[in-house]
Amino acid sequence: MARMKFLCDAERCIECNGCVTACKNEHEVPWGVNRRRVVTLNDGVPGEKSISVACMHCSDAPCMAVCPVDCFYKTSEGVVLHDKDLCIGCGYCFYACPFGAPQFPQDGAFGLRGKMDKCTFCAGGPEPDNSEVEFKKYGRNRLSEGKLPACAEMCSTKALLGGDADVISDIYRDRVLKRGKGSEIWGWGTAYGRPDKPAAQPEKKS
Amino acid sequence: MRKLWVIGIAAVLPLIAGCGEKPTVFKQGQYQGKPDNRPWENDQFKGNQVEWEKTIKARNQNQNENSRSVASAK
Repeated sequence: MARMKFLCDAERCIECNGCVTACKNEHEVPWGVNRRRVVTLNDGVPGEKSISVACMHCSDAPCMAVCPVDCFYKTSEGVVLHDKDLCIGCGYCFYACPFGAPQFPQDGAFGLRGKMDKCTFCAGGPEPDNSEVEFKKYGRNRLSEGKLPACAEMCSTKALLGGDADVISDIYRDRVLKRGKGSEIWGWGTAYGRPDKPAAQPEKKS
Repeated sequence: MRKLWVIGIAAVLPLIAGCGEKPTVFKQGQYQGKPDNRPWENDQFKGNQVEWEKTIKARNQNQNENSRSVASAK
C-alpha cells in the first residue's frame, strides 16, 4: 500500500510559485486561502533557499490529536483529510500544526473565521468521489483519477516530489548521489544547521 | 542477570508503546467514523486496487527525470 508524502528539494526550488498557482487553479481555492506556499530562507542573500510547504500528511498528525470535534481522518494511503461538516473552525489545528497548513477563509465583514481548509493531497474528502459537492468543499480528487497532486506534477524543476514515500525518497536519494554528495546530505546537521563555532565545553576537571 | 533483563524490558515497553504509526482501518465505508471511499472505488478503476497502484507507480516515476532521460536515450 502506498504511503503518500511530499518531499521538496531545496537545492532545486527556484521560488517560481508554480506549485502555489497549480494548487489554486486546480481546486479553485478562494482568495486568502493558500493550501500551498513557497517559503524562502535568507531571502535576498546569495545562497538563499526556498521550499514549498503545505500539509505534510504527518504519520502522527498533531492536528488530528487536538481537534475537539474529531473531524480529521487518515486514509489507507496515509493522506490526512478532514470533514468540513464537522469542523467548527476553532483553529486548534492551526496552533498544533508545525507547518501552518490549516487555512481559514476570512471573507466575512468582521474577519469571520470559517471552516478549516487545507491541502488534501488532491484526494478530495468525505463526499462521493469527483462529485460537485466534493469539488466545492475540498477541490478536485486527482488521486481517484490515478493522478498525483497537481503541485508536484507540474513543478518545472521537479523540486517538489509527491507520491509514494518509498518511490520519491528513492528518486531524491538517486538525485543526491548523482550530484556527488553522500551521507552528509542527510541527518541532523543538514536538517537543522551546523553551528559556526562549536558550543563552548566546560573545562574538564583534572 | 536474566531476571534483570526481563525487568528492564518490561519497564521500557510502556515508554515506547506510543511510538510508531497506527494502522488505518477502513471499515464499512468509513475511515475513523468518517464516510469516504478508496481511490480505486469509482467508474475509472472499478474497484481494481492493483490497477490503481500500477497507475500511481507509473505516475510517480514520471517525476524521475533521470529514468526518463535514460529511457528516452534507448
